[in-house]
Amino acid sequence: MEITSAAFQQLLNQKKLMGSKCKKCGAIHLPPRPLCPECGGSDVEWTALKGKGKLVAFTTIHVGPTLMTQAGYDRKNPYCSGIVQLDEGPKVSARILNVEAQNPVGIKVGTPVTIDFVEQGQGESKRTFLAFRA
Amino acid sequence: MPTRKRKLGRGVALVGAGMSKFGAFKDKNSRELMVEAYQELQKNVDKGLNPKDIQALYEGNGSSDLFENQIHTAPIMASWLGLVPIAATRVEDACASGGVALRQGVIAIASGLYDVVLVTGVEKMADLPTDKVTDILAAASDVVYEAPAGFTFPGLYAAMATAYMAKYGATPEDFMRVGIKNHSNGALNPKAQFGSISDLMKSRVARAKEKGQPVPTWKDEMDFMRDPAANPVVAWPMRLFDCSPISDGAACALLVAEDIARNFTDEPIHIIGSGQASDHALHERASLSSVYAAQLAGREAYEMAGVKPADIRIAEVHDCFTIAEVMATEDLGFFAPGKGAACASEGYTKRDGPKPINTSGGLKSKGHPVGASGVGQVVEVWSQMRKKAGPRQVPVDVPLALTHNVGATGGTCAVHIFERR
Repeated sequence: MEITSAAFQQLLNQKKLMGSKCKKCGAIHLPPRPLCPECGGSDVEWTALKGKGKLVAFTTIHVGPTLMTQAGYDRKNPYCSGIVQLDEGPKVSARILNVEAQNPVGIKVGTPVTIDFVEQGQGESKRTFLAFRA
Repeated sequence: MPTRKRKLGRGVALVGAGMSKFGAFKDKNSRELMVEAYQELQKNVDKGLNPKDIQALYEGNGSSDLFENQIHTAPIMASWLGLVPIAATRVEDACASGGVALRQGVIAIASGLYDVVLVTGVEKMADLPTDKVTDILAAASDVVYEAPAGFTFPGLYAAMATAYMAKYGATPEDFMRVGIKNHSNGALNPKAQFGSISDLMKSRVARAKEKGQPVPTWKDEMDFMRDPAANPVVAWPMRLFDCSPISDGAACALLVAEDIARNFTDEPIHIIGSGQASDHALHERASLSSVYAAQLAGREAYEMAGVKPADIRIAEVHDCFTIAEVMATEDLGFFAPGKGAACASEGYTKRDGPKPINTSGGLKSKGHPVGASGVGQVVEVWSQMRKKAGPRQVPVDVPLALTHNVGATGGTCAVHIFERR
């Protein structure tokens, strides 16, 4: 399967987190890339990621984009977005679940997290979003 | 990145600058804001400007496409300024569009292609409702891999703030003090969108009294900043007054070849350093508590200029959020990594401090019409270096100044160094 954003999303819809691995230099990338930015190599393959890591940055968002307000979030009901560093090395942006978004002081950088998935939308527009659970 | 020192093919001088008022202007679109800025520039060219001498125009603009449903804006600007048929080019690098347009102007003159170039920047944002603006600004992040996480533009900077706080022990109060400082500078800038926090407090109290509502009793500016009713969280730890506003505005700068600068003014400002760099989406960077592209752009500009961070007397840095100013002062080498927040809290960056930062009020208080901001910074250093900044003039002589303009979270950064000889 060609390394594209569409393929990454299809895999995510199947609840699989896949990155890319450069066969030349061994670098792992998430999001997956058809061209290795480390060595320039184009011989790149899919690689499965275990979905375990730690929270390295986060925020609780009170004024969200349409994507999130449509899911019911607002000033009174904030949500947490963050950047997770996976055990395999790469970092990724994701929704952070099982934290108290009303009490950001209690959310700590360094918290171990495990992969989860959020489904949003109905019918044709139904889509799976990458998330991690504290 | 640079393996050899880069240099300009020939000297470039700044001989005029002007800006519109920044704010929310229902009755003006971007071309009319641009005319306002250009008319001020014309008045500021000491020996006068013949528009026929201008050979090329660069326009920094973030997204007239989404804000005004208008693409192909550079020829419109040339038309409205009476400059058709000169070459007119739009430059887009999100919030760094203006700084990158400036660099294109510098390169165009240094190459020998043109002798007189008008660099402009403009954005018209405030007609749209906040939720629409939030969506448009989020489009400056990676819409495929960052936006699905729910990140907004303030959210991405807020995430950098949590990484910074975790690494260095800074607090949200440190960021609030940056906002208070920039608002107090903006109060002295007639072009600024907002004044001081204390003036804002007074007007809120007056309004409450007028309407017969409970009158707020804040002890001081910090008390106001801590009050979640007055200063609500947008994306923790960034609150409303940590975020630059939604703004309309335009700015322009006249660049000429150094050898003809005296035809325009006896007090030219020389652009002696220019740097620019790019970077990956935030999650793919090694450091989340600094902006690597700013470090690289700064290094390139310093090396070209042959000056050190300590030599820079004042700087206009890209404070789209208060955390961004803190990181900028470290990325540019003014303060050691992790010391920017404390130095701001201790007053080092105030207008009368040892390293005045954002004497204009910065993006925070002056306003942030994204494509105009990088050129608006040039207007401030032009005024300060020529001692024309009025009540906000810094108390020291300014032979060297710097501008630092960032696109999104640091996917782009442009840095320029200015010298008065």
